[in-house]
Amino acid sequence: MEKFDCIVVGAGPSGNAAAYTLAKAGLSVLQIERGEYPGSKNVQGAILYSDALERIIPEFRDEAPLERHIIEQRMWVLDDDSYIGTHYRSDAFNQKPYNRYTILRAQFDKWFSEKVAQQGVLVICETTVTDLIMDGKRVVGVRTDREQGEVFADIVILADGVNSLLAKKAGFHPELNPGDVALAVKEILFLPQESVESRFNVNEGEGVVIEMIGKITQGMMGTGFLYTNQESITIGVGCMLSDFKKERIPPYLLLERMKNHPAIKPLIQGGEMKEYTAHLIPEGGLRAMPQICGDGWMIVGDSGMFVNAVHREGSNLAMTTGRLAAETVIDLKRAGKDFTSANLASYRSRLDDSFVMKDLAKYRDMPGVFHANPQFFTTYPELLNNAARTMLTVDGGDKKSKEREILRSFTRSRTLPGLLSDAYKMWRALR
Amino acid sequence: MLHIVVCIKQVPDSAQIRVHPVTNTIMRQGVPAIINPYDLYALEEALRIKDKFGAYVTVITMGPPQAENALRKALSFGADDAILVTDRAFAGADTLATSFALASAIGQIEKNMPVDLVFCGKQTIDGDTAQVGPGIAKRLELELLTYISSIESVNAAKREIVVQRRSEGGVQVLKTRLPSLITMLEGSNEMRFATMPNMIRAAKTKVSRWDRVAAGIEDVSNIGLKGSPTVVSKVFAPSPKTVKAEMVQTESNDPQDLAASLLMRMFTKFPQVREEIARSAN
Repeated sequence: MEKFDCIVVGAGPSGNAAAYTLAKAGLSVLQIERGEYPGSKNVQGAILYSDALERIIPEFRDEAPLERHIIEQRMWVLDDDSYIGTHYRSDAFNQKPYNRYTILRAQFDKWFSEKVAQQGVLVICETTVTDLIMDGKRVVGVRTDREQGEVFADIVILADGVNSLLAKKAGFHPELNPGDVALAVKEILFLPQESVESRFNVNEGEGVVIEMIGKITQGMMGTGFLYTNQESITIGVGCMLSDFKKERIPPYLLLERMKNHPAIKPLIQGGEMKEYTAHLIPEGGLRAMPQICGDGWMIVGDSGMFVNAVHREGSNLAMTTGRLAAETVIDLKRAGKDFTSANLASYRSRLDDSFVMKDLAKYRDMPGVFHANPQFFTTYPELLNNAARTMLTVDGGDKKSKEREILRSFTRSRTLPGLLSDAYKMWRALR
Repeated sequence: MLHIVVCIKQVPDSAQIRVHPVTNTIMRQGVPAIINPYDLYALEEALRIKDKFGAYVTVITMGPPQAENALRKALSFGADDAILVTDRAFAGADTLATSFALASAIGQIEKNMPVDLVFCGKQTIDGDTAQVGPGIAKRLELELLTYISSIESVNAAKREIVVQRRSEGGVQVLKTRLPSLITMLEGSNEMRFATMPNMIRAAKTKVSRWDRVAAGIEDVSNIGLKGSPTVVSKVFAPSPKTVKAEMVQTESNDPQDLAASLLMRMFTKFPQVREEIARSAN
């Protein structure tokens, strides 16, 4: 019977971060992945935030397959046939070390997992963990779907993703609420490098991110995105699962319509689809977070709802929670302490001290506010776009009258108390 | 104890390969690598002999460093040892050079432990030649048994093996002496689901890497591109047939009308079909 210091369930960013950090400290680690190979089940936008990875693998820039570093961020608020927005572009983002990169997860995950294996982690794929083995209230190992499939460890780290079946089965995690998860679909469209660079006005290696809200989600709570890769464009859209359920709009249709938006279509024209993927994203925030550790177990990454939906950050929270969980284990091990619920509580305090919990706490009301107020996704985009059109159309009308007309359009559709209340809600949610 | 050597090859998953529309070359990027499916029948058969009669199973492959993944997988199914024969000098090998290199490597394996049986898949899905197995047998002077569908018995003491061989018009039951080389037919067995201890053992095992010299090859004229007389003069993808589909519509869109309209269209276009149907109706 095999016994390890630690078993990590799942080979996504959080599981890899945990396994890598543990093995680097000399602990014996078994990582079990359900997919055919590490990364086969993983889906992300995907933007890589350097900081989180750099704290785990400082030399990643020399080795990891990276697409483009981001020098420009666009925020678009879309109406049916127009958008109004902001662009921020800076040559400061061209200074090394770069802060953000686009990546293709199929390639990135292969690299990350190789690093994990090189560090001495035993990585086992095509194996599903079916149950946690309990000794009273304490987790002592896992049971897999293979013959003689029981393996034991001092601590089990659950990095099994958004739909954490394992945590649910063990009762650590309630059934996911469709209002707490988004369903995102995305395509990778192949375009020659020159086309990408000319269409987005960038040089070799430089990239652009476009984040979108508005009519593209047809009143559902969600966002769209477009990222430039080396020789392709990633385009996708995600909305709350509960909204998809209610509106009965097929996700692929939403993406298809988005691709036909007059502002987006020319950017992706002629792109040949290379990849189509869909995934759930836990966006419930702090209020939907389950218990994250107990006797002999910890939860990291998506399975712990560690996603900052407002800033589209997830993989960096995943890697950071994975690393902090591992560091907790390493410190307890060195101090000769057991992995009891009380001792593991220092995982929670490490998280509290990091950007992870601070950001999640800051936006804890955000999901609720946006969900209860669909006007932020429909009425306001329309009003803002109309306002811009009114101001920018030169038709003999004077500017003062135009301003009055715009103001009237706002009060007419939202009323003055409505506008004030929306502003208050936004302030409350963002403060 | 019997010593079985299984030769495997890591190949791109041909189900996911596409041909570049302009250059006609195979687009390998992003295509997952798998163990040649035919080799899995060979490996499983070797493992069954191990289960039944007791045997030591060594898996060998020649290929680039990443072919180690294929060997690790073979270990997880229950193979005892794995050897990766890898050297830049092997690059560009055709079946002649490959069988030379593998035969030489098996010769080196034999120095530690005599080999009784060599298993190969029927052929690979990327080359489809079915030449490497027979090539090894000839070079090592092993009894060659190709297209084997089942192993009836192995007698280590009498050094005999009885097998069933699929041939045109029937099944041959053949008995021959050991050592022999067997190429397994597809569908002859089903690969097992690896046990957890074997998965862990495979992840732990250090796969031995043999370069040209370790594989017993001094002279490079028989290996790699130099040892490969095969010339690929042209690669082309068959041009897709372009037949335009026709849409059948009627005003009523009634299923019966639609069917009638479809038949009328078919009969006008292919009168012989109408005649054939009329004939068979009579």
